[in-house]
Amino acid sequence: MRIGLLDLLIMELNSQQQRLRTEFRRFVDAHVVPEANAWDRQELMPPEVVRQLANHGYLGAVVPVSKGGAGFDSVEFGLLNEELGRGCSSLRSLLTVHSMVALTISRWGTEALKTQWLEKLGQGQAIGAFAVTEAEAGSDAREIRTEAIESGDDFVLTGYKKWITFGQMADLFLVFASSQRGHCAFVLERNAPGLMISPVHSMLGTRASMMAELRLEQCRVPKQNLVGAPGFGLSHIASSALGCGRYSVAWGCVGIGQACLESCLQYAGQRKQSGTFLREHQLIQRMITQMVAGVKAARLLCYHAGQLRDAGDPTSIIETSIAKYFTCRTAAEIARNAVQIHGANGCSGEYPVERFYRDAKIMEIIEGSNEIQEITIAKSAFESVVETAAAATR
Amino acid sequence: MEQAREKLRVFIGRHTGGRVIGDDDRIFAAGFVNSMFAMQLVLFLEKSFQIAIGNEDLDLKNFQTINAVAELIERKTASAQNNSH
Repeated sequence: MRIGLLDLLIMELNSQQQRLRTEFRRFVDAHVVPEANAWDRQELMPPEVVRQLANHGYLGAVVPVSKGGAGFDSVEFGLLNEELGRGCSSLRSLLTVHSMVALTISRWGTEALKTQWLEKLGQGQAIGAFAVTEAEAGSDAREIRTEAIESGDDFVLTGYKKWITFGQMADLFLVFASSQRGHCAFVLERNAPGLMISPVHSMLGTRASMMAELRLEQCRVPKQNLVGAPGFGLSHIASSALGCGRYSVAWGCVGIGQACLESCLQYAGQRKQSGTFLREHQLIQRMITQMVAGVKAARLLCYHAGQLRDAGDPTSIIETSIAKYFTCRTAAEIARNAVQIHGANGCSGEYPVERFYRDAKIMEIIEGSNEIQEITIAKSAFESVVETAAAATR
Repeated sequence: MEQAREKLRVFIGRHTGGRVIGDDDRIFAAGFVNSMFAMQLVLFLEKSFQIAIGNEDLDLKNFQTINAVAELIERKTASAQNNSH
């Protein structure tokens, strides 16, 4: 479906970004949109579509070209997330966690880890997953109880990780644990002795994201698999990975909003109530207007964050949080109204909007809940007031 | 070196609610900076001083005080200059 004016093109996109955006959209229309509802119902992501992602180079989005990846810039990576999010948030979440792991190894890994994993991750020969969350450690990762005890040339990990996106499929995990020398991050292979993986089912949304629990029982990991130094696991390693995750989710939410908008425009032009098409009803028009404005604003915030990320600007971190906060709230509101416009049809599995609604709710919780973003953004705003006052006295 | 310290003082001051951190005060120990600050500092160093912070630099000693960070900048800048010759 093409929407002309409401295709919401960003005029700032350069020719390569526009070309890639078109390519991503075609990929999603051909391989994702027709199947996404079935994947959601089956709670399964078929390996074939993951291979297609890999074949197109999309799993190497954040891996440098020199290391066998696609080397997309942040805006290009964002556009890919938007398009995948438009089709299927579960598949988009694969790109999210895989990219978080790849980016972390690229940025903070030893040369040996880079040599061992970057090309495989970049070409999709290995799938990465991010394992920080535990039953008692969600928004506050400092609460993680998984322990890493040094033993000779190894660390021995004991603990339990929960709700690990694509944990059922991943070949390697970026696992976070606390040690006597502070929090640590490790690359842990799926076949590591002492690592047990079991699927998680019946989540509210992103049901095809192959979620898993990880049980680590005296699981030995060589010291050379440490990413960064002990004590930097959360402050630098998790923080930079989660920044990537927030950015990816934010763009994915733009995709959810766009998908809802497109569904509603189509539906409102076909469905009649009280003798007129829904599109003629002013209260429907109001909801459509809010969707259009919301998606445009969300996309621009993401684009702004992307430019700052590419510039390596320190403010990219808070701007990514702002984009994530706004886009998730906007996607949830748009998806709620999309179900409303579709009425009973919107509550059925015959239309995708009920999936968008469930998936959008998840986005308000993952990679920093709305409430965590509110605390973070408000603190940053107060800091900027102090800074302004201080600058005035200098 | 003094120029780097001054830049650091200004940057860190933005994130400490206006509290002054001395050049030998522990930046993270006082609890004035938030969880994002560590990575904001890394990005600031990379952008302002044209250096790359990597795995080998993740030593707590490098980030404890303004003086320690300034020394890290000096080492990284000298290393980059040597590599370019």
